[in-house]
Parts: sequence; C-alpha cells; structure tokens
Amino acid sequence: MSGPLLIRGGRVVDPSQAIDVVWDVLVVDGVVAEVGEGIDPPEGAREIDARGLVVAPGLIDVHVHLREPGGEHKETIATGLRAAAAGGFTAVCAMPNTDPVVDDPAGVGFVLAQGAAAGAARVYPIGAISVGQEGQRLAAIGEMVEAGAVGITDDGNPVMDSGLMRRALEYAQAFDIPVADHPEDLGLSGAGVMNEGLIATRLGLHGKPNASEDVHIVRDLLLADLTGGHVHLQHVSTAYGVEMIRQAKARGVHVTAEATPHHLILTDKRVEGFDTDAKMNPPLRSLADREAVREGLADGTLDVFASDHAPHHYDEKEQAFADAPNGIIGLETALGLGLTYVVGEGLIDLPALIHRMSTGPAEAFGLPGGTLAPGSPGDVTIIDPEQAWTVERDGFLSKSRNTPFHGWELKGRALYTIVGGVAVWEVTR
Amino acid sequence: MNQPRLYLGKDLVGLESLSAEQILTILDTAEPFKEISERRIKKVPVLRGKTIVNLFFEASTRTRVSFEFAEKRLSADTVNISSSGSSVVKGETLVDTARNLEAMRIDMVVIRHGSSGAAKFLAERIPSNVINAGDGSHEHPTQALLDMLTIRDHFARIEGLKVCLVGDILHSRVARSNIYGLLALGAEVAVCGPKTLLPLGTAELGVTVFSRIEEAIQWADVLNVLRLQLERMEAGFLPSLREYNQVWGVTRAKLEEAPNDLLILHPGPMNRGVEIDSDVADGPHAMILQQVTNGVAVRMAVLYLLAGGAPDTAEVAKEGVEV
Repeated sequence: MSGPLLIRGGRVVDPSQAIDVVWDVLVVDGVVAEVGEGIDPPEGAREIDARGLVVAPGLIDVHVHLREPGGEHKETIATGLRAAAAGGFTAVCAMPNTDPVVDDPAGVGFVLAQGAAAGAARVYPIGAISVGQEGQRLAAIGEMVEAGAVGITDDGNPVMDSGLMRRALEYAQAFDIPVADHPEDLGLSGAGVMNEGLIATRLGLHGKPNASEDVHIVRDLLLADLTGGHVHLQHVSTAYGVEMIRQAKARGVHVTAEATPHHLILTDKRVEGFDTDAKMNPPLRSLADREAVREGLADGTLDVFASDHAPHHYDEKEQAFADAPNGIIGLETALGLGLTYVVGEGLIDLPALIHRMSTGPAEAFGLPGGTLAPGSPGDVTIIDPEQAWTVERDGFLSKSRNTPFHGWELKGRALYTIVGGVAVWEVTR
Repeated sequence: MNQPRLYLGKDLVGLESLSAEQILTILDTAEPFKEISERRIKKVPVLRGKTIVNLFFEASTRTRVSFEFAEKRLSADTVNISSSGSSVVKGETLVDTARNLEAMRIDMVVIRHGSSGAAKFLAERIPSNVINAGDGSHEHPTQALLDMLTIRDHFARIEGLKVCLVGDILHSRVARSNIYGLLALGAEVAVCGPKTLLPLGTAELGVTVFSRIEEAIQWADVLNVLRLQLERMEAGFLPSLREYNQVWGVTRAKLEEAPNDLLILHPGPMNRGVEIDSDVADGPHAMILQQVTNGVAVRMAVLYLLAGGAPDTAEVAKEGVEV
C-alpha cells in the first residue's frame, strides 16, 4: 500500500456532491479521506500541486473493447488499461465480445486477473447476455456477477430475439445490473456498411437506415417498461432514438444511454474518400442526428459519454471500405475531444462533462467511484483544461492506431490519473 | 505545341471528380483512336515499352478483353491477373498484391474489384497510374465514357439530351458513372426501377426518378438498360424475373408507345427476356455492339492521356512507325 496523497489547490469538480470549488483532496490507504480547504499533509504524504488544474472523480469509460483473449494483436488488457490511464480514465468496462466470449465466471476472472496485473486503470468486466453471444439462451449471468461482472451485453451483436431480451431484462434484476444493448435490427441493416443516404449513394456503399437502430431502441424501451428492468442503450446515434429515450425517461422507464465522441463530432460526410477510420457501428449519421445526440447529451437524456474504444490492427483497416472491420479507438482522445468540442463549443459546462464521464457512468453501472465523497475509492483524474495538444496516433499507448482524429488540435488533457491513491499516469510539467 | 500537362491527373478512379472539360477531352481523344481498330494491322507504337497489369478480382470478359485490346493495339506489354489462380486466393491482401506488382516496375494498373473504393485505395498506395475498371457499386468510368461516346456519335451532342438508366441502380457502378458524366456534360438524367433497387438520396444527385418504365419511355431520348443480376431475386429485392420483365423489362410493345425513336444502350452482358427483350436488343435502335466497339477507343484514349499524351497530338502520335 502506498502512502497518503494530498492534491493541493485544484478546482475540485465533483458532480455527485455538486462541488465546484478550489480545495484540497486527501487520499489515504487508497480511499478518499477528506475533501476541503487547507488540509494538513499527513506524514510521508505525496503532494501534487494542482493549482490551475481541475480535480475530478476518476473518469470511467463504460464501453471499451480490450480484445483479450483472442485479439491480442489489436489490444491486450494491459495495453488497453494503460491507454485508458493515459486518457484520464481510472476505470473502464470491458466488452465481452472476445474469443472466447466472456460468458462464464472463468472469463470474468481472467479479465479481472489480467487487469489487476496491468497496474493501470481498473477494469470492470461485462459478461455476455447469451451463451457465446449467439442470441439463443442466457449466459451464466448470476455466476458472472458473483465473479465480478457489473453488467451484461451482447455488444458487437444485437439481441435479435426480443423474447430473449425480455428474459435478460427480467433475470438481471435479481443481480441489480443493467442489460446493455447494441440496438440494431440486422435485417434492416442488411449489407449496410455506413449511414444510408446521399453520401452512401454517391460512394456506392450500402447504407444502414436510422430505422435499423430506432426499431431496437423502441423495442428495448418497451421491454424495460414491461419488465421493470434496467436497459442501457449503447452508442445512440439517431435523432429519433434520442427522442424516444427522452420520452421513456419522462415516463419513468429505467433506461440509461451513451453518446460517443465520434457521434457528437463527426457526420457521414467523413466517410467521403472511403476512409476506413470513419467506419464504425452504428455508423456516423447525418448532421441532424449529430445535433440531436448533442442535445441529448446536454439535457441528460444521454447520461454517459463513452468512447466505444474498438482497436483494430492496421492491416485489418488497410482494406477497401466494405471489407474493413467496424470501430475506432477512443480512450486517449475522448477527454480532449469532450473538452474541445463539447465544453469548448459551449454545449455543456465542465462539471456536466465530468458528470457524463464519471458520476453518470458510475451510477449507470452501479460502480464504486464517480464521486470524491469520503470513503469512496481514491480514484482521481487531474486535468489541465487549457493545455493544447495534437493527436499523434503513433504516440498512443493503445496497440492500435485506428482513429479519425489523427492530427486534430485539441485543448485539455489529463495530467494525472490516480487509481487507489497511486498515479498510474502522470505528465511531468 | 501546348505545354505538356496531365490532362486527367495520375489516375482515372471515377467521373464524379472530373470536370466537363476533362470528360470531353477523353471523348475527343477517343475519336482518332477509333480508326486504329479498323486497320488491317491494328497496332501503333503509342505505349511501346509501357507495362500494364490488368488486375481483375471479379469475373469479367468484355471489360478485360476491351482493355487488353486497347493496350495491345497501343503496343503496351500487358499481364492479366484474375482472382482465381492467383495469390489473391492464397489470402494475399489487395495492398500486398499491388506492392508486389509495383516492385516489378510496372507503369499502369487496370483494376476491377468487388468493393467500392478499391480503385482509389490502390491509387493512393502506388505511384503507377490506376484505371478503375469497376469497383463494387461505386464507379465504372470507362463504361460510362463509352456510353457517352456512343450517344454523341448518334446525336452529335450530349447536352440537353434526356437519358434514363433503367433497372438496378442500387448495385450499379455503371449507373453512378453515367449519372456523374452525363450531368457534367449537361444532359438530363433519370433513373427507373423498382424502389427496392433505387438507393436513398438518388433524387438529391440531381436526377429524375420514375417508378414505371412507361413514364421513362415517354420522357427519354436514350434508355440505358442495366443488367439485372439474377441473385437480386434470392436476396429479396424482387419477386420474380418474369414479373420484372413484365413491369420494367424493355419490350417492343412498350417502346411502340414512345413519342420518338429511343436509342437503346446496354452495358452487357444481357439477360434476354429479363431486362431487355431480344427484338429490342437486336432491333434497329440498339447500339449495344457499337458500345463495345467504342469501348476499345475510349480505353485507348484513357491509357494515352494517363501516360502523359496530349489530346491534340493523338492523331500524330498514332501515326508513328507501325510495327
């Protein structure tokens, strides 16, 4: 166990307690001991001078593909968690669509063991909804939760069988975990590889209509209403989907939902030129959809800002557009993009962004953290909101390079990522 | 002499990015090359010493042979690679295939590939000239150029003509290249087909959309009848070929209702009795074989221009020493 840590004189922004004031934060024995003014350093404490910096509860990315086991050429749990730390995340939720799929307690234990050995950000495993993510029968949900899973999802595959989705939403309630869904009707998506519309038509690429996402968002909301279960809708990208979630929340349906940096910033215009780093699922949508997702993040309809970090080896992306896999990496750019294009453009203020990246995700998945209340984990992200930097993908700690944001000028980054009172990432100023 | 310059840039990936002037330059340059194929000895030394690879990842007879004749009649050295029986079936990636060819110091690649964007992908990764011979549902520029040359041969103009593309627009690279090229040259363009085979946003391209062939026949000067891939039926886009022929097939009975004689084009290969009836395909208004003849001349023009030839010296260039 490391010694005490005193973070001095930073702007402490803790949305969970509505704190936004220049204070000190003291972490002792890996736990937040005190937050207040003029805290005396205990003997042997490390002190961090945070004047001019933002001190936030550790950021949490609830939608991350770490690829291990089975895809270690793209990312390992260790490289992914180091990338997370470099991006300011003290914890991530690992998607189960690995090979083999994390659909049993042994798989959950493996992710936790690899995560502990990495000595970087924490990992919270998500288990599969169905055995092998095949959409046939429920996976060992209770046993996985017992082993440490914090939610279930078949992400990568939508749950096409609405009956199975209903059962999952019912069954998961005994364990108080959300059922996270990648909402997509595969029949409507057909051979689509990008957003359906003028740009797809011009490029001769098959499109996925918004309806393929909307049909499953509405279905999931109806099933959450029917069962009383908690549905978490992943990477919402459509205007209609945002509006349906807004209305369901108003009716009291238990739903949480994500917005990704790319759906908040880019549109399908970015696919012009067939850039496979603009290929992901759901696809980049129209300007109207992007504006609706921004509005949803601003008014809290979308509770969570999550990257959907999806690493792929450069050989896999170095193909014709339709042949390349879906997904882009996001752990090391999410915070900078959020500060620059969400806060910087005045959509929401800094405390609201911290909420969507920390308190909101912690509440959605019932995670420890997301708060600096005394007694909570000593997970803290210290951010310089003014530091200008350029996205340089060859400098990433992730194993992969598939980002559409290479070369972008961003403002704001994490200088310290502190997990249990220990800095797992720090930039010497 | 004009200043030497690149009239088309390094590659011909599609017509969307070309100006009207560039498209007309290709059509005009094709004119003097037409005559070569009518000679007893069909060979001129325009591309002597150039090495060209025809890289066909999809089956093709007409387009590949047309390119090959164009290359050989211009005296280029050519190699054909098709996906069966090559390293492609052994799992080699497109980029590795291209880099290996490049390492053998080639000058041009003609590529046909099943994925939209494949030609551009290749063009961005190798210094050789790349000519798109069809990429997925994206573009097939030389087909549209030969279609436009055939139209211009008949009407002596393109501007102001009404051209309707009939059939499977969704999956058609021929349709997209024709739309871009014809619009650039000032033609009016329409599409006609079942809505399941019309991509969303077609009208936003600046084309008229007809759902019934009878309306198209009333409107058009030219019908370009696209091949209906038989697998579309299995994929659920259509109930049956018989019904397609009844509703959208170009038949003599339907053409008799036309106010003017219509020029009939088809990029081939035809499904007789499906999208086009034999009495139309073999009738006096069908330009289908003329299209094939023009294909060789248009491809010669493209090869010549990409190799750095100037349009106004094409006539002189081809009168070099005959082999």
